Amino acid sequence: MSSRTLTLLLFLVFVAITLMITVWASRQTKTATDFYAGGRSFSGFQNGLAISGDYMSAASFLGIAGLIALFGYDGFLYSIGFLVAWLVALLLVAELMRNSGRYTMADVLSYRMKQRPVRTAAAVSTITVSIFYLLAQMVGAGALVALLLGIKPGTTFLGLNADQAKIATIILVGTLMIVYVTVGGMKGTTYVQIVKAGMLMTGAALMTVLVLTKFNFNVSEMLGAAAEKSGQGSAFLEPGLRYGKEVPGDALATLYSKLDLISLGLALVLGTAGLPHILIRFYTVPTAQAARKSVLWAITLIGTFYLMTLALGFGAAAIVGSKAIVAQDKAGNTAAPQLAQALGEDFGGETGGAVMLAIIASVAFATILAVVAGLTLASSSSLAHDFYANVVKRGSATEREEVVVARGAALVIGAIAIVLSIFATTLNVAFLVALAFAIAASANLPSILLSLFWRRFNTAGAVAGIYGGLISAVVLVFFSPVVSGKVVPGVGGAADTSGSLFGLGTDFHWFPLENPGLVSIPFGFLCAVIGTYLSKERDDAKFAEVEVRSLTGAGAH
Amino acid sequence: MEQTPEFVALRHAFRRFVFPMTAVFLGWYLLYVLLSAYARDFMAHKVTGNINVALIFGLAQFASTFLIAYWYSRYANSRLDPLAEKMRETLERAER
Repeated sequence: MSSRTLTLLLFLVFVAITLMITVWASRQTKTATDFYAGGRSFSGFQNGLAISGDYMSAASFLGIAGLIALFGYDGFLYSIGFLVAWLVALLLVAELMRNSGRYTMADVLSYRMKQRPVRTAAAVSTITVSIFYLLAQMVGAGALVALLLGIKPGTTFLGLNADQAKIATIILVGTLMIVYVTVGGMKGTTYVQIVKAGMLMTGAALMTVLVLTKFNFNVSEMLGAAAEKSGQGSAFLEPGLRYGKEVPGDALATLYSKLDLISLGLALVLGTAGLPHILIRFYTVPTAQAARKSVLWAITLIGTFYLMTLALGFGAAAIVGSKAIVAQDKAGNTAAPQLAQALGEDFGGETGGAVMLAIIASVAFATILAVVAGLTLASSSSLAHDFYANVVKRGSATEREEVVVARGAALVIGAIAIVLSIFATTLNVAFLVALAFAIAASANLPSILLSLFWRRFNTAGAVAGIYGGLISAVVLVFFSPVVSGKVVPGVGGAADTSGSLFGLGTDFHWFPLENPGLVSIPFGFLCAVIGTYLSKERDDAKFAEVEVRSLTGAGAH
Repeated sequence: MEQTPEFVALRHAFRRFVFPMTAVFLGWYLLYVLLSAYARDFMAHKVTGNINVALIFGLAQFASTFLIAYWYSRYANSRLDPLAEKMRETLERAER
């Protein structure tokens, strides 16, 4: 049996199991609380697993392992930002949100403000973040499938060539995510996340042990081998190969490059606690204590996972080598699967290699599928609960209607994501994940924090903060080098290529940083503060209610 | 309600832990990012074998994250939860 057949088989087993769970969950999904929040019936540990499942996207599994394999230490910077970010969620957001909201992020804001403008703004920002993130995942899935199934240009698989396989994958992934969400609601989606998190942790642990065995559990030896094979020497183990580069003779370029690193660091650490699909997970548990416990589990699992990616990335650099990785995929996304194959071959010959590759490839598919389902749920919840029920119907919609609309919204958003992704297959959309984090940090986090902690905060401030952060992040990225004007010099006489969304020759960028966070996050906070003071609205009594409720859980749903 | 001594104590206990701790971990993280950007020689210094300061600093961020999470959970379980629970009971009794 070839590796790709085995991959397909394992993936089908995952799909079959998760679909069974989804159907089972649908029988238990009757009320709005069931659909949006899984009936608040999950334990802290279950939700911790599900949070990890939602959070550890293909970008972090394949992307970080690949970054470390190609650029060494700089890939690790991502892991650290992604992990430290959870302290913001743990200390400032998770429990207070659990106590003061019901289904969506906007519940917390609108509790003390005018419903319609705040909910509209929150829905706009939730859907924008989710669609960007969805696009990045689904286009990535399309690109991956060709690589993981080994469909090279000119060859076919099941009668599909590489481009057709990409589109087929996007449609398949999109359809499955729509089914998970519309049929299973939050309960089904949560179990999908739990199964996926288990698979991902097991797969990564297996590979980590195999890598470390090869180096006699001597980390220094592994790092040395990685540095040597990379051809970069000890620079491979230091920051600076990818971010914050020193550009000799160009002080301004060096400054921008370093500011970009800081900007990225800020967006990573402040973005997590503003991601809508993460925020709604806090509602799936019954109490604030359970929300705390779920974040503690998430920190444990995510931290362990990122420590393992260190072994995977440096292991891939040492065992596979950057040349072989770049030959497969320029961005390094196939480093982990290639490492799996190499490790398998070492321990079990060709069959071992095929089995390991199949296992890791199916884990990667499961990862993508689970994350896109979480994103679809977050955006359809916001569309139905915030926009339809509270803005359009002004709170007069019945629970039944709301759930029907939420299911319909999942279908529509899923369909939009599929169509957009198909058009974007040829584009380099990796920057969309970073953009999603930047918007979450600039638009959502200021309003969440200020509404929980600032007495004076009001409707105008929340609306200004959300739109200000959202618009500034999107505009700055649009005029940044990731969209136009970044030239990647060709190596060894090869022609220059474009490092941007647009090809060579199109250049309208004026914002020098690739990550907008350094500007857009303070700008989001500033808009929120200025907006607040420009409006006379002030309700101290209502804030007192928010405080009591968020800290004690009295009257929590 | 928000002016009762019990609630003031709860809010004080919450903020006393959470605000300084947030400042500490954000500052500590920012220090790490700034050193990665500007103190390359320091970060490149080898401590033992191929293990350099940058790696140890990065792993220290993991350690501090785990540690702060653990501290907070202990603090919340022993100090915040009992206060919050008592207040919630009082409030819910008053509503009945």
